Amino acid sequence: MGRLFAVEIVYRGIFQKTLAKNISRAIVLAAHREGKPGISFGRYGDSPERNGIPAKSFAIVATDDVTLEEGMAKYEPKEVDVSICVDDTLCKGVESWAWYGQQPINKLVKPGGTLIVTSLLEPEALIPMMHLKEQPYRLAVVKGTPSFSGLWVYKDDHTDVRILGAIAKVMPELFSLASIQETIREEEKKTGELKAVSAQRAFDRTTTVTVKPDQGNKEVPYTFKMPNWTEMREGIAIPSIARGHQMKDPDSGKMGGFQPERNTTFKKYLTRTMRPVVNFDTCIKCTLCWIACPDSVFDVTPDGFYDANMAACCGCGVCEDICPVDNCISMINETAFTDNASQWEAWRKDKPAYDKWLVATIANRPERSHGFRYRGQYEEQVPDMLKIAQQG
Amino acid sequence: MAEAIVPQTKQQPVGDKISLITGSEAIAVACKLADVDVITAYPIRPYDTVMQYVAKMVSNGEMDCEYIVAEGEHSQFEIVKHASACGARVFCGSSGVGWMYAMEALTVTPALRIPMIAMVGNRALDDPGAFGTEHNDALAVRDLGWQLVWVDSAQEALDTALIAYRVAEDRRVFLPCAISCDGAFLTHSQAMVKVPSRAKVDAFLPRYNRGDLLLHPDNPITVAPQANEDWLMEIRRQTAAGMERSPMVIREAYKEFAQIFGRDYGNPFFEEYMTDDADVVLVGMGTLSTPVKVAIRQMRAEGKKVGFVRVRWFRPFAAEDLAKTLGRFKGVGVIDRDFSLGSPYESGVLTSEVRAALYPAANRPPLLGFIAGLGGREVTVPDVRKMSDMVQQAAAGKPQPATTWIGLRE
Repeated sequence: MGRLFAVEIVYRGIFQKTLAKNISRAIVLAAHREGKPGISFGRYGDSPERNGIPAKSFAIVATDDVTLEEGMAKYEPKEVDVSICVDDTLCKGVESWAWYGQQPINKLVKPGGTLIVTSLLEPEALIPMMHLKEQPYRLAVVKGTPSFSGLWVYKDDHTDVRILGAIAKVMPELFSLASIQETIREEEKKTGELKAVSAQRAFDRTTTVTVKPDQGNKEVPYTFKMPNWTEMREGIAIPSIARGHQMKDPDSGKMGGFQPERNTTFKKYLTRTMRPVVNFDTCIKCTLCWIACPDSVFDVTPDGFYDANMAACCGCGVCEDICPVDNCISMINETAFTDNASQWEAWRKDKPAYDKWLVATIANRPERSHGFRYRGQYEEQVPDMLKIAQQG
Repeated sequence: MAEAIVPQTKQQPVGDKISLITGSEAIAVACKLADVDVITAYPIRPYDTVMQYVAKMVSNGEMDCEYIVAEGEHSQFEIVKHASACGARVFCGSSGVGWMYAMEALTVTPALRIPMIAMVGNRALDDPGAFGTEHNDALAVRDLGWQLVWVDSAQEALDTALIAYRVAEDRRVFLPCAISCDGAFLTHSQAMVKVPSRAKVDAFLPRYNRGDLLLHPDNPITVAPQANEDWLMEIRRQTAAGMERSPMVIREAYKEFAQIFGRDYGNPFFEEYMTDDADVVLVGMGTLSTPVKVAIRQMRAEGKKVGFVRVRWFRPFAAEDLAKTLGRFKGVGVIDRDFSLGSPYESGVLTSEVRAALYPAANRPPLLGFIAGLGGREVTVPDVRKMSDMVQQAAAGKPQPATTWIGLRE
């Protein structure tokens, strides 16, 4: 048996599908230059043609064909040498179409393996989002705004080659910088030379920090027990989610409003890259967000407000778009938050504190780059990213 | 239930009305007696004789049902599928390529546990456009969870339709059932049929109760969501379990049918004709039973001990029972009114199934396959004698071809 290498790329459906494919293909092509056979595949069950759904691509490489076959004889690797997370909001965990429950972003990383994240944040800000892991592993940050584009358009902001350069640094046994640069030049006839330089810079500047077993999010990821066939209702019929119930006012104790019941087995919030933040003081209770939300995310509070329930919201932004009041609903990058607590409850508890938090959260909002919003957006973003690439 | 309503009819089956009707009309009458709620139709020969007769009964006020003429077979089967999910007793049917056009709807029906009853007026698949009977249409769904039964007389068609509702709508089964009637021979020839009273049918056939699978606002459920590899094995296993329970329910239904209606079909799964002392037997399905039985009587008069086994239920397939029966003889010849090109030994479908059923059996007599009567070509008495002779030759140790086309211009 020779040596087997496995790399996973965790990405956001639609927005990063091409990016993930480019990275995993280039890994295999670069390793091939060094005589190592490999395969590249996207996990079929993820159904990545859905906005923001967490999904995975894999590159499996080996020192010989027989060893490669050992790696291919399973649906997906049980552990990987390098895990690449191309959107930092995925550090909070992964809930895919392909499985039930939540998986930590670092789940497949081997003890001593490396997790590479594209982010503007420093490791100290990313580590608290990631679940605890029993064995230490390494974390590398490729500086940059997570690169989002469309299913049919690709934003060539050098994210792919910068990650490839970082891989050559953290695992030179897989492929050398020279091999990946040759691959880049061959694959990208026009921009290859420039992109090879970006790979070089990422290689030069990539460093890792060790994440220890006591560092990270202490929450236990939610799981779901799959029923066996005699426990399932026949006829592919599943009981619907119950309608919902009234809510209790925290002050008066009076019941009122309406909170719909929600799916307990597919929570969906890990699809979110942004979340709505609501200014209850300027809310005119027009109901539009509540009506327009495709996921029935808004709880109707006993005092007639609309509280976006963060366990159900996938962050589509329809509410922000439809809200007629300026800055009443603002979509904010998910990395700014540490929990899914109710904003309305926080506001009711301490209005001045909430307002202070609201102003600060909106003022300090991190760059958001989640999907196509207006014509010309990508052209504007690419130069910024290239500047970052130059700096490393 | 049965005892409370019609105890006397068990002793008085003569109370039936006698009608001169075709096999198709017999099925339509069964629909009326079963008080079917929703019927969908789309014309294609020979199945259309059923819808014509149903339409006549509805317009005459004899029958009360939703009668919907769809714009094609796919919709025809989809409409009744949904009606059945909402708790309606349903009926539909088709023939040949019409049945194939409905294929997508046919594939989804068993997994949703829809007890739809369909009549297949067996017809050759195009091309060429041919009216006559071939069994490939109904057999095309043999792997999908459809119960499949072949009948050979108008009386059996009526009785089997009532039995089919009882079996399909049994919660232990909840799978669709297609009743195959040979085009022309059964669908277009009239025979004297005993039409039972509604009271007897009510005693035999409980109301359709979909229970917790009912699509209704009072029972909010989601039916058929997207489900991938995490669920498919379990869903298929559930459907398989329904089919596995079907033989037991079929036996119960035939037993009670005999008690209430006074007609006893014996073994529900296959009929044995002159097999007690037979050396060799022929096996087949549907109306070719008539020339086969005539030929057997002729051969018997000449001292040749030939018998016949007519398979009724093709799904579920009574493999063990059939293998045990066929193991008694020195030779077996299976007549297929269908083909399965490129299959083992270039056999027909029934032959392959019988051969597979015999594999684990203690006694495995020589087995020959015959392809005969395609496109409704007559299977003649001399044809049957020829097949029987070949089986006797094989039984005597003289090798014969595994598959022979019978009645072919050569």
